[in-house]
Amino acid sequence: MSSTTNSPTHHTSTIGSIGTPSRRNTELALLVFAVAIPVFAYANVGLAINDEVPSGLLAYGLGLGLLAGVGHLVVRKFAPYADPLLLPLATLLNGLGLVVIWRLDQSKLLQSIKQAGTAAPRQLMYTAMGIALFIAVLIFLKDHRVLQRYTYISMVGALFLLLLPLVPGLGQNIYGAKIWISVAGFSIQPGEFAKIVLAIFFAGYLMVKRDALALASRRFMGLYLPRGRDLGPILVVWAISILILVFETDLGTSLLFFGMFVIMLYVATERTSWIVFGLLMSAAGAVGVASFEPHIQQRVDAWLDPMKEYTLSRQGIPGHSEQAMQALWAFGSGGTLGTGLGQGHSDLIRFAANSDFILATFGEELGLAGIMAILLIYGLIVERGVRTALAARDPFGKLLAIGLSGAFALQVFVVAGGVMGLIPLTGMTMPFLAYGGSSVIANWALVGILIRISDTARRPAPAPATNPDAEMTQVVRPS
Amino acid sequence: MNKPLRRIAIFCGLLVLTLLLRDNWLQYVKSDSLATDDNNRRVTIARYSTPRGDIVVDGDPVTGSAKTSKSGLNDLEFKRTYKDGAMWAPVTGYASQAFGANQLENLEDGILTGNDDRLFFRNTLDMVTGKQKQGGNVVTTLNADAQKAAYNGLKARGAKGAVVALEPSTGKILALASYPSYDPSVFAGNSNDDAEAWKKLQKKYNPDDPMLNRALRETYPPGSTFKVVTAAAALENNLYPDADTATDSPLPWTLPTTTTELKNEGNIPCKNATMREALRVSCNTVFGKIGSDLGKDKMIAEAEKFGFNAEQFTPVRSSASVFPEKMDRPQTALSSIGQFETAATPLQMAMVASAVANDGKLMKPYMVDKLQSSNLDTVAQTEPQELSQPLSSKNAQILQSMMETVVKEGTGTRAQIDGVTVGGKTGTAQHGVDNSENPYAWFISYAKVADGSSPVAVAVVIEDENANRGDISGGGLAAPIAKKVMQAVINAKK
Repeated sequence: MSSTTNSPTHHTSTIGSIGTPSRRNTELALLVFAVAIPVFAYANVGLAINDEVPSGLLAYGLGLGLLAGVGHLVVRKFAPYADPLLLPLATLLNGLGLVVIWRLDQSKLLQSIKQAGTAAPRQLMYTAMGIALFIAVLIFLKDHRVLQRYTYISMVGALFLLLLPLVPGLGQNIYGAKIWISVAGFSIQPGEFAKIVLAIFFAGYLMVKRDALALASRRFMGLYLPRGRDLGPILVVWAISILILVFETDLGTSLLFFGMFVIMLYVATERTSWIVFGLLMSAAGAVGVASFEPHIQQRVDAWLDPMKEYTLSRQGIPGHSEQAMQALWAFGSGGTLGTGLGQGHSDLIRFAANSDFILATFGEELGLAGIMAILLIYGLIVERGVRTALAARDPFGKLLAIGLSGAFALQVFVVAGGVMGLIPLTGMTMPFLAYGGSSVIANWALVGILIRISDTARRPAPAPATNPDAEMTQVVRPS
Repeated sequence: MNKPLRRIAIFCGLLVLTLLLRDNWLQYVKSDSLATDDNNRRVTIARYSTPRGDIVVDGDPVTGSAKTSKSGLNDLEFKRTYKDGAMWAPVTGYASQAFGANQLENLEDGILTGNDDRLFFRNTLDMVTGKQKQGGNVVTTLNADAQKAAYNGLKARGAKGAVVALEPSTGKILALASYPSYDPSVFAGNSNDDAEAWKKLQKKYNPDDPMLNRALRETYPPGSTFKVVTAAAALENNLYPDADTATDSPLPWTLPTTTTELKNEGNIPCKNATMREALRVSCNTVFGKIGSDLGKDKMIAEAEKFGFNAEQFTPVRSSASVFPEKMDRPQTALSSIGQFETAATPLQMAMVASAVANDGKLMKPYMVDKLQSSNLDTVAQTEPQELSQPLSSKNAQILQSMMETVVKEGTGTRAQIDGVTVGGKTGTAQHGVDNSENPYAWFISYAKVADGSSPVAVAVVIEDENANRGDISGGGLAAPIAKKVMQAVINAKK
């Protein structure tokens, strides 16, 4: 495993302190922008809607600034060599999301159908919880390799989380997809947390099995065919994805998990054949399920002809929704530069306007320019994650980082693609932007783990330990 | 492990690139069509978010805008109002919060709402100076007096009908009336009352179909008024050199290849009559034979030069008038006297009169003179356009003298105006199975003032269900309305 960082250790072992710059001050400078931009956006919304600077501006600015500041201090203390971009980018997206959620709170239409009104304060609370979890990850997870110990517990945990929505009385069916559970008045999407836990399981499992999967294979038509027994795990994951699709009727979650697994499998084994298998299996699964599951079918129909879906919905035929078409109109009406924050009519999307469809509001009010900027921010987060994977010195860290960033990228693609009519709509939300506690909290944890891995990766004087047991020997190392 | 990692990095980059491309397609390429989609509620919201610009006639707006109570979920701030809505509806069309917009209200929506690109500079300036965005005005070519004369004339008759008046030298539409009409203000809002009013106006519930714009969208058999086109064809193709040469017209005359005699209305002197005489008393036999002698190709060519078989965009679309393209010889004869499948909009017949009055040049009819920004700067100005030249200036003058004879001492005497030369042609078109329904009374005419110019050409059509069948003739019912319209235009000029 080659490391891309310029480790100073092979020059001399005595001046380890002038190694990689920690880049903490870069992070701080970027954070100032990441807080200032949403604050300006917030003022902008207030001026556009009520002709006055919103009264909550100071509190909001201080709140976001405080959260970001505490996050930064914890990173400075506990992960000094972490990637400097991840925290500011996530803060920026989270802050902009809060602004737009507050903007949609002002819509009388959404208030009247109880889709908005008090979402922003709640989202701010979720953000605080998310950053708290982020801090907890950094403080308590001193080394990501510790997670390796929990490989099989993670598997059980992930399955448990994934199956929770199917528990009668606990699971909720919201607009056809059963990916929520209801606890004490809060709707939780366990899938968001399962994403991280599954990545831990896959990374731990594949790290152990990767040689068997990669080497014990026969060559057939230019492809390395794995042995039957090595096919087991991929079949199991595939089956679980299909089960999610069938019972929770959510194409997005299913695609996300399976896609994440295939990416990690490919990275672990360096075998292109797994990608081919993965694509074939997901295509077969998706087409198979879509042909008999009416909810998925309807999503596909709505994707192929959103205008017809809109007309059917307008005629009052149950089971149809005008959201898809309304979202397209929102994007189209935004045009190149958008209407300006607070001046669009994306509340016409009505249901889930501030969660699944929040990107449409960005599209309408910030235009093509704004959406491109946001997509590039997501792209940057993903590429920083991939970079972390490249820089990581241990296979578990590499696999976990690529799994988490790959899942993040797939989620962004599936949600943004769905809202923009590129692929059928699914029930997931844009990380950080969308209203929803599970999503915000889980994604802050995800960024926390990536930051931890990147800190380990960029830290000078690498620990030679490749497995947790080696930590014991580290103690007695001189220096 | 780094090689697959780099590939995954590229793959993730491609995912983002795909999204970027899709977004460009959505927000750049398809942006306009999505933003202006009629089902897109934003179109309606924009239409009523600011005081809508006005449609102006003779310097006075015939439309208005009123603030609605923006209570609850009503996201529409302003509502359209109309002055004399029923009279102007064929011009303005409607703009309703609940039922969309049509005609000028729809076609010039960009200017009226202030969203048109041509108002961009103005809007930007307003934004900088903090002024509220305002819609621009659509200034029409219409003449309020003429429109009043036309609409009131139809209304006094109480019969279905339409009037179109044009300025022959430019093609400006001076009057465009349809009866029965509707008041677009009754359904301009989106309340239940508005919905009820809208329902009552639909053809399903109202057999009179008041929302039909008869002046532009209804085609009627033109009957004898079409003889003007046939006479023009005869002159242009040199069948007869002038108005006063005796024609080769036997009486009775049998339709070619049949044994059916073509009848004239009553015992009129049509045998070998000159074209002037034949037009004066409206001989079917003479013009039927002219059409048959010329043949269908020449007749079609001439009719199309007058604008038949094509839609007109004023910019409000008119239906295409029909001169049949597939017909045998007897059908050609019948078509040439405005029967068989020949059908014309009132606008079309006004264009015929107008082309003759304008020494043979047909001007493209239009009703929007200019578009203004909210501070009355002109944004666009319509220039008169020549559409075609159906007949030479010399032949046009011959035809004028024929039409003037019709008014002086023929069927159109009731259109005479003191001190003004009037040329015209009456028509009575039968319709219904075996002519069972009341015929349409037609009159087309133009007026020429002392300096030789012609300020107005008119077409009037009336379907009179109340009058006795025998009473109906273009001269009796339609000519007096045409006269009033022409007088209104001439007096307004003074």
